Amino acid sequence: MSDAIAGEATAAAGDLAAVAASPWALARRRLLRNRVAQTMAGVLALIVVVCLCAPLYAAHVAHTNPFRSNIDGTTIVGGKTVPVMKESTSGLGLGVTPIGPTWDIHHYFLGADGQGRDVAARLLYGGRNSLLIGAAAALITCFFATIIGIVAGFFGGLVDGVLSRALDVIWAFPVYLLAISLSTVLIARGVSIGPFRLESGSLLLPIVIIAVVYIPYVARPIRGEVLSLRRREFVEAAIGLGASTWRVLWSDILPNIVTTAIVFFPLMLAIDMLTEAALSFLSIGVQEPNASWGTIILNGQDLLYTRPAVAIAPGIAIALTVLALNVLGDGVRDALDPRAKLRRTD
Amino acid sequence: MSEPLLEAIDLVKQFPLRSAAFGRGRSDVVHAVDGVSLAVHKGETLGIVGESGCGKSTLGRLLVRLHEPTSGTVRFGGDDITRLSRSELRPYRRELQMIFQDPYASLNPRKRVGQILADPFRIHRQAGRAETERRVKELLEVVGLSPEHVNRYPHEFSGGQRQRIGVARALALNPKLIVADEPVSALDVSIQAQVINLLDDLQDEFGLTYVFIAHDLGVVHHVSDRIAVMYLGVVVEIGPSDALFLRPVHPYTEALLSAIPAIEDDDEVRRERVVLEGEVPSPVDPPSGCRFHPRCRYATDICTIEQPPLVAGRDGRLAACHHPLNDTGEPT
Repeated sequence: MSDAIAGEATAAAGDLAAVAASPWALARRRLLRNRVAQTMAGVLALIVVVCLCAPLYAAHVAHTNPFRSNIDGTTIVGGKTVPVMKESTSGLGLGVTPIGPTWDIHHYFLGADGQGRDVAARLLYGGRNSLLIGAAAALITCFFATIIGIVAGFFGGLVDGVLSRALDVIWAFPVYLLAISLSTVLIARGVSIGPFRLESGSLLLPIVIIAVVYIPYVARPIRGEVLSLRRREFVEAAIGLGASTWRVLWSDILPNIVTTAIVFFPLMLAIDMLTEAALSFLSIGVQEPNASWGTIILNGQDLLYTRPAVAIAPGIAIALTVLALNVLGDGVRDALDPRAKLRRTD
Repeated sequence: MSEPLLEAIDLVKQFPLRSAAFGRGRSDVVHAVDGVSLAVHKGETLGIVGESGCGKSTLGRLLVRLHEPTSGTVRFGGDDITRLSRSELRPYRRELQMIFQDPYASLNPRKRVGQILADPFRIHRQAGRAETERRVKELLEVVGLSPEHVNRYPHEFSGGQRQRIGVARALALNPKLIVADEPVSALDVSIQAQVINLLDDLQDEFGLTYVFIAHDLGVVHHVSDRIAVMYLGVVVEIGPSDALFLRPVHPYTEALLSAIPAIEDDDEVRRERVVLEGEVPSPVDPPSGCRFHPRCRYATDICTIEQPPLVAGRDGRLAACHHPLNDTGEPT
C-alpha cells in the first residue's frame, strides 16, 4: 500500500506538464485498488443483471406467469407430471402443500408458494422491485437531503431553524413507526397532491415514503459539513471576489458536498431495501400480486415448516445484496475521503 | 497628507455568544474589534500586529467587508462602503482583495488552479475565454509558478506554492489594496522569505497598498512602513515602523518588542526583557478603563477607570496610554 502511494507521489512530482490527477481520478484509483469492494461490486452487478432478466426467465426458461395463482396446475419432475399443489398427508392431513424445490431450472427451481406460483421467477421479479424501490428512494433521499443540507447550512438563521426543526420532527419518530403509519394511511387509498395522484398499488408510494423518512439521516451530516465549509477560507475568497451566492453554492460548496452524498448512496440503498422488505412483509409495501423480496418472505411465512425455501431464498437475496452494498459503500467512502491519503503522505 | 485609500472609522465588531437555547437568556458578546480607527495611504504597507485573539484578523475581514461591522464606517477611496449591498459592493471588490492565512484552506480542493485563477475574470466578466486563459498563465508567471501548472489541483502543490496561487488570485483583477491576513505564518521559515519578497516585488511593480496582518514582529517590521499594534480589540499604538521599533510609546508595545529574541548583543537596541504577567483577559468581558491595565507595570488608578484615547505623540505616533513612555523609555 505504502509503495503504491510513494509511487504515485513520485509520478506526481516527476511529470510537471502532465494533466493532473483530479480528486475523482485519485478516488477511482483508490477504489480500483480495493479488491474486496470490487468483488462486492461484481456480486451486486450480477444480482442486478439476473433480476433484470426476470421476464426472460419467466417467459423462455420457466414458462410460468409468476403473477397468476396456479393452484390446479401441473409440472414435470423427473419426467413425470405432478400437481403443483399436493394434498397434505402429514400431521392432520389438512390443506395442501406446494411443490418444493426441484432444482430443475425449467420447472419450479425453488418450488412454488402458497398460490402455486414459481418462487424462482417471483424472486427475480421481486428483486427488480426491491432494487428499484431501494435505488429510487436512496436517490430521492440523497438529492433532497443535499439540497436541504446545503440551504440550511449555508443560509443559517431562520432558514436553518425552520428546516432543522422540520428534520428533527421526522427524526423524532422511530423510522419504522413513521414508515408504517404513512404506509397504512396512504397505501389503502393512494394520495393526491394537486395534479399529482399516486394510485394505491403504485410502486411510487413505498418509494416516496421510504425516501422521506430517511432524509434527516443524510441531511443533518451534510448540513454540518456545509456549516464548516462556509467558514473555510476558499469560500470567503470567493465572496471576497464578488461571487454571487448561487455561484458560491454551485462551484464551491456543492462539489465538496457531493462526495458525502455519494458515500451515503450505497449505504442508504442497503437501508432502504431492508425497510422495503420490512414494510412489504407487513403487507404495507409492495402490494400483491406484485412481488418484492419482502412480500415473498411474507408468502413463505405460512410455509416455513413445510417449504422453508420460499422464505429463505429472498432472505438470502436481501442479506447478500445488503452485505455487498455495505462493503462497497465502505470502499467508496475510503476512496473518496481525501484526508485518508493526506494523512499518510504529509 | 493625501486622502487615505482605505479608512476605518470607529469600527466595532461584536460576535454574539448564544448562551441559551433559542437565543433567550443573557447573551454574551465577544468584543472582537472595539472601536478601531485607522487610515491606509496609497502605496504604503500598514502592518497590524498583536497576540492571537486580539481581533486583527477580524479587523482585516471588516476592511474587505467579509464581516459586517456592528457599527462604524469603512471608506475606500473616499466612498463609504460600509452599508453597500453585495451587488453594489462588486466594483469595489475588484480593487480590494485579500490573501488568506491558511494556504490549505484558501483554495478549493475540487478546482484546478486554472479554474481558481479564472474565477475572478468570470465573476466580473472581465475577459473572454482566450483572454482569460492568457491572463491566468500570465498570473502564474508573475507569482513565480509555471504556466503549465494550470491543470493541476491544489493538493499537488506545497504550502508555499499554494500561497503563491492565493497571491495570484488576489492579484487577478489588478486591485489597489490587498489585505494580507498572516500570509506567511502557516509556512516554513525558508518559504516565508520567498513569499514576502514576492509581495514586496509585486508592490513595486503594481503600486499596491498592503494591510499586512501578522503576529511575527520581525516579519511586520521588515515589510511595513507603518505599524498598528492591537490589544484586545483596540489599537494601542500606531506609528512609523522604525520609530515604533526603536522607541515604543505604549507599554504593551514595549513588552511585545522585548519578547523578540536578540541574536547579537548589539542588535539594534538592547532591550530590557519585560515579562507580561497573567493571561490576555477574555474579550467577552474586557477590563474597564485601559484594557492593558491588569498586566501593565506602570498602571495607576486612572488606568482602571478611564479608557485612554488614541492621541498624537512624538514623531508621528499615536498611542492610547495614560502614561506613554518618553524617549528614554520612562513612563510619564
